Amino acid sequence: MNKVLSNKKVIALYITPALFLVLALIYVPIVQTGYYGLMKWNGIGEMDFIGLKNYTVLMKDALFWKSALHSFLLALFSALSLIGYLFISIILAGKIKGADLLRKIYLIPMLLASVAIAQLWMKIYHPSNGMLNTVLMAIGIEDPPAWLADANLALYAIIIPIIWQYAGFYILIYYAALKNIPESLVEAARIDGASPWQIALKIKLPLIMNVIKVTIVLAVVGSLKYFDLIYVMTGGGPNGASEVMASYMYQKAFKGFDFGYASAIGFFLLVICLIVTYIIRRFTAANEDIY
Amino acid sequence: MFKKAHSFLLIAVLILAAALAGCSGNTDTASGENGSKKTIKFMHLWPAGSSKQQNQIVTDIIEQYEAEHEDVKIEVEVLENEQYKNKIKVLSSSNELPDVGFTWAAGYMTPFVKGNLFAELDDVLNDGLKDSFVSGTTEAYALDGKTYGLPLELNIAPIYYNKEIFKKYNLDVPQTYSEFENAVKTLADNGVAPIALGNKDRWTGSLWYMYLADRFGGAEVLNKAIDRSGSFEDPALVSAAEEIQNLVKENAFNKGYNGLSNDEGKAEFLNGNAAMYLMGTWELPNFTTNEEIPQDFRDSVGFFKFPTVDGGKGNIDSWVGGPGVGLFVAENSKVKDESKEFVKFFVKKWGEQSVEKAGVIPATKVDTGKVDLPDLYIDVLNELNKASSLTLFADVQMSASVAETHLNLIQSLFGNEVKPADYAKQHEEALKAEEGN
Repeated sequence: MNKVLSNKKVIALYITPALFLVLALIYVPIVQTGYYGLMKWNGIGEMDFIGLKNYTVLMKDALFWKSALHSFLLALFSALSLIGYLFISIILAGKIKGADLLRKIYLIPMLLASVAIAQLWMKIYHPSNGMLNTVLMAIGIEDPPAWLADANLALYAIIIPIIWQYAGFYILIYYAALKNIPESLVEAARIDGASPWQIALKIKLPLIMNVIKVTIVLAVVGSLKYFDLIYVMTGGGPNGASEVMASYMYQKAFKGFDFGYASAIGFFLLVICLIVTYIIRRFTAANEDIY
Repeated sequence: MFKKAHSFLLIAVLILAAALAGCSGNTDTASGENGSKKTIKFMHLWPAGSSKQQNQIVTDIIEQYEAEHEDVKIEVEVLENEQYKNKIKVLSSSNELPDVGFTWAAGYMTPFVKGNLFAELDDVLNDGLKDSFVSGTTEAYALDGKTYGLPLELNIAPIYYNKEIFKKYNLDVPQTYSEFENAVKTLADNGVAPIALGNKDRWTGSLWYMYLADRFGGAEVLNKAIDRSGSFEDPALVSAAEEIQNLVKENAFNKGYNGLSNDEGKAEFLNGNAAMYLMGTWELPNFTTNEEIPQDFRDSVGFFKFPTVDGGKGNIDSWVGGPGVGLFVAENSKVKDESKEFVKFFVKKWGEQSVEKAGVIPATKVDTGKVDLPDLYIDVLNELNKASSLTLFADVQMSASVAETHLNLIQSLFGNEVKPADYAKQHEEALKAEEGN
């Protein structure tokens, strides 16, 4: 086997089909999107080449920057929520009663389709007979807000279910990483008299640092291109109050019939995601591979 | 070892080849001739769940057609309204429209026609079909003197109201706007939502705006602003926007309307939580023949015309409405003749059956003497015959990108986030920018 795998021709032969697929299905469309971004095109019929006009208009588009701000807010909250997930995972991975059951409970939101989650939370947020407002009215708040219809609250009202949706995924990743830590290390620390808090902070956290870095990238980039719940729950409204970059792109393409401009947004979004990934990797590049 | 690795590779390549073959296969047989039978692909937007009656009629018509034309098979795809609009756009950008499908009139249809995707239907129309349409309905589907769609529905939008609720609070059907405001106030004071509205879909709020614009400035003021022979900063259009915000201030709409879809808003009316609901006549089946809605409720639904405003130029018989969805035939269809034949058949049968079985008002003329119809339906039909003018829905009149601006502004207006003067100004700017293109 080793002999085969060191043969360059065989390597090329193995790689070619996959490489071909990746190029054709991922990189060609990316280049195409950038190319469409140079066009004035309503999605039907002829395209007009207009150079960088879509991109220059995009730079001055207040609505786009508003949606970009919302995307960044979402990314920020997602990244912050990782601390909470980490905390829960550390407790779960310790020897507590019922950890097995709790793990399953945390995992359940991950098993639901986004649209189902959206429907569920829309019922919760329903202004007159939703669960949330019913509870609020029961405890004496007479006029609770209409969460998804309030321009100041809509974005935050959606961020909560998004964080809820991904809890299981990240807890599972952290949990697996924590379980991977050799028991002997924790044992040794305990014998040396370290408190559980010290063990978590000084032993466990550094040991799973690589996993944490990956989850930060996943959470931030995932948030920047987030779409599903926002589309179903508010469609970006009321009047753009919960619009994010991906939903704005969708609106331009499929509602406003401006595929060229939407392609420009898509391409710009790709560039932003690449830059953000690069920055995160730079800032977390130190102390690779501890054990 | 060596041998094993190679056989693994061989299998991998075979699987890949099979997968790719699966991707590219059978695109040719999808439409066009399929053995000896010809297949017409047909997409419509009346799923059995939300438009039961309409769906049933479509299925019946297709069965009849297939029975009469044994060499033709009709392949149906059904999508809900918003999904339908999206899918049609995706299909049209890759030039793969179904042979027959649904479209909306005017501004919505224009890019498809200019992109050469819809076939001319004048030959179908002149083949004895023309006289059966209510005058004015096919015109909305014409561009540069050629017709590209055949309308199925004719809609107007009355205000439906719950008679039981009105009786409970001693309210009469409002004739003037001040009576209407009084009704709104009485209902709101008693903790009943006066008006059901789901403004997440935005065109629902646009209906209210359009009526107020009409009642303040007359039937032409909005049309003129849109076709650029007038201005959106016309005082009547600004007053209409102010009036919307007055209604909002008086709690005229159910709570959270800007975050609720039209279906959720409608539910408030169907549940008896809200007293009034302004919507197109496509809702009539729900208030007349739909068995799934309790008889008690259906009996308690009445309708009235949007009241006139004091000093306004609008006429009470002027309606917001116009032809609803229509059928198109794809220009590049491989079975164009058969598709046109099918469309012709469909329009005729639809005209006969939609009235009786669904209580939908078709775009073709109705002989009310022949069929036994619910009173509510007859009343609406009589009003339609008296109509002094029909203003086509604003977002359908406008081009797609201006319509987007309009709809977003409507949502801001209802959310008190934009001042009426700015609301008008931003419309004017969007319309001007479009004109320059």
